[in-house]
Amino acid sequence: MKETFEDHVATIEAVQEIPATPSAPRRMTLNMGPQHPSTHGVLRIVLELEGETIISAIPDIGFLHTGIEKECEQKHWQQAVTITDRVDYLSNLANNLVYCLAVEKLLQIEIPPRAQWTRVMMTELSRLNSHLVWLGTHALDIGAMTMFFYCFREREDILRIFEMFSGQRMMTSYIRIGGLALEPPRGWQNMLGKFIRAFPSKVDEYESLLDSNPIWMRRTKGVGFISLEDMLDQGVTGPMIRAAGVPLDLRKNEPYSSYEKFDFKVATQTTNDVYGRYRVRLEEMRESAKIITQALEGMPDGPWQADAPHVVLPDREKMKTQMEALIYHFKIVTEGFRVPAGEVFQCIEAPRGEIGYYIVSDGTSKPYRVHMRTPSFGNLQALPTMLKGILLADSIAALGSMDFVLGDTDR
Amino acid sequence: MVEVKHPAILEATEALGETTVIADPAQIVDLCRFLKDKEKFIRLSTITAVDWYPAEPRFEVVYHLHSIERNLRLRVKCRLSGANPEIDSATPVWFAANWYEREAFDMFGIGFRNHPNLVRILMPVDWEGYPLRKDYPVHGYKYNYASE
Repeated sequence: MKETFEDHVATIEAVQEIPATPSAPRRMTLNMGPQHPSTHGVLRIVLELEGETIISAIPDIGFLHTGIEKECEQKHWQQAVTITDRVDYLSNLANNLVYCLAVEKLLQIEIPPRAQWTRVMMTELSRLNSHLVWLGTHALDIGAMTMFFYCFREREDILRIFEMFSGQRMMTSYIRIGGLALEPPRGWQNMLGKFIRAFPSKVDEYESLLDSNPIWMRRTKGVGFISLEDMLDQGVTGPMIRAAGVPLDLRKNEPYSSYEKFDFKVATQTTNDVYGRYRVRLEEMRESAKIITQALEGMPDGPWQADAPHVVLPDREKMKTQMEALIYHFKIVTEGFRVPAGEVFQCIEAPRGEIGYYIVSDGTSKPYRVHMRTPSFGNLQALPTMLKGILLADSIAALGSMDFVLGDTDR
Repeated sequence: MVEVKHPAILEATEALGETTVIADPAQIVDLCRFLKDKEKFIRLSTITAVDWYPAEPRFEVVYHLHSIERNLRLRVKCRLSGANPEIDSATPVWFAANWYEREAFDMFGIGFRNHPNLVRILMPVDWEGYPLRKDYPVHGYKYNYASE
């Protein structure tokens, strides 16, 4: 029998007839990641949805676990610096710094002012680097694609400065136990000065690009709320908690590496949403630029390594002419230096929050235990609370505002 | 030095400007609650463990606490035997303990009683052995693929 047009329409109508709505809304389990572009790495989240509302979110981490803590136990103290770079690969200098500060505390060696100021300067540059990557990719997730190119343009300048100082763009390992890896190169002031004079206007540019974008404002304001009590209870630190009005910044609270000599403000907001976190990070970029300018102008003269011949490698020229320097060089390279037995917990303010290294030494030339309290791990733990009850589309904005790095989470 | 008085505290020492308190593992939850409510250590920074193999007691569970109000840090340690490393979970006091205890379980095989979800967090769920223990090998393969 040939189907007539009327029959055809009737069939379509029958198909389209919606069955009676079930009394309980249907739930759906959705797997997000581990290869989802907006999870910025290999994070898997198991979402339970009711319509488009998230009922529960269970993060599944560990895809990037590389056994860094175990690896540190196999290396000499100085060699382990290179591993700390790989923890949080967007702010490697912060990881170098906290490791070196902790070991120096155990060794009880004094770092000369010039090395300390250079460390501050480089760590702040790495904060800028990290925040720029965050801003570019976060805006890209939400739909403001151009931001990515602007942010990576400035990031490229910072990577060139890193290359100038250390020979490496990303895994710099520039901060070493006892000082720095290399003396700051000749003419660094020109390159850095040129960058840092132009940078504040670039931040204004980002601000005007985003704040006049209605899509950005709609997608960030009032999204991703999590109460302050929950954040404190769940171990959240960094810009997340400062966007809730708590001026918890370890650079001010527990100054390290002569941060007390720099004049800067702690950026806070009270909105406690994605927009507030963006404002905090933007403000932090301005403050970091101020710190770098102060370091550039007031850089003290003097040695860039500690006066501790048993820890720092001797000067190459001295090594060729002096017996003692040659012996120290041989000893440090072949068997490393010994660190007095003890334990130390050193915390610093990284771009993502509190990094704490708990280091135990048993008096040998290798660390006995290195535990890394990483900010991404602590922050990510609050993810289920933050995502509960919000829309699936908003979860991308909320996730991005946390600014986690999976290398930092999984170690 | 941070002065803390509680019956669970066995010993308190100071080194390198950091206070370490050694506590009785049986009363750890009481002590944590006291530290959070009375001594204002509202933030749990991290929980980890140290393996002192082959010494006995073999494991040390280490808690790092932070008080924002007093701008202080405190380290609490509990010593556990190697044969049966078990301690009560601190999750009723700080929610943040959840993942840190899972990590300590994953890496050292320390059992946390009353933990809401004590499963491996970084290693695969079916992994055998506890990687950060000192008797766990650094090199080598689990399977001999050549014989298959």
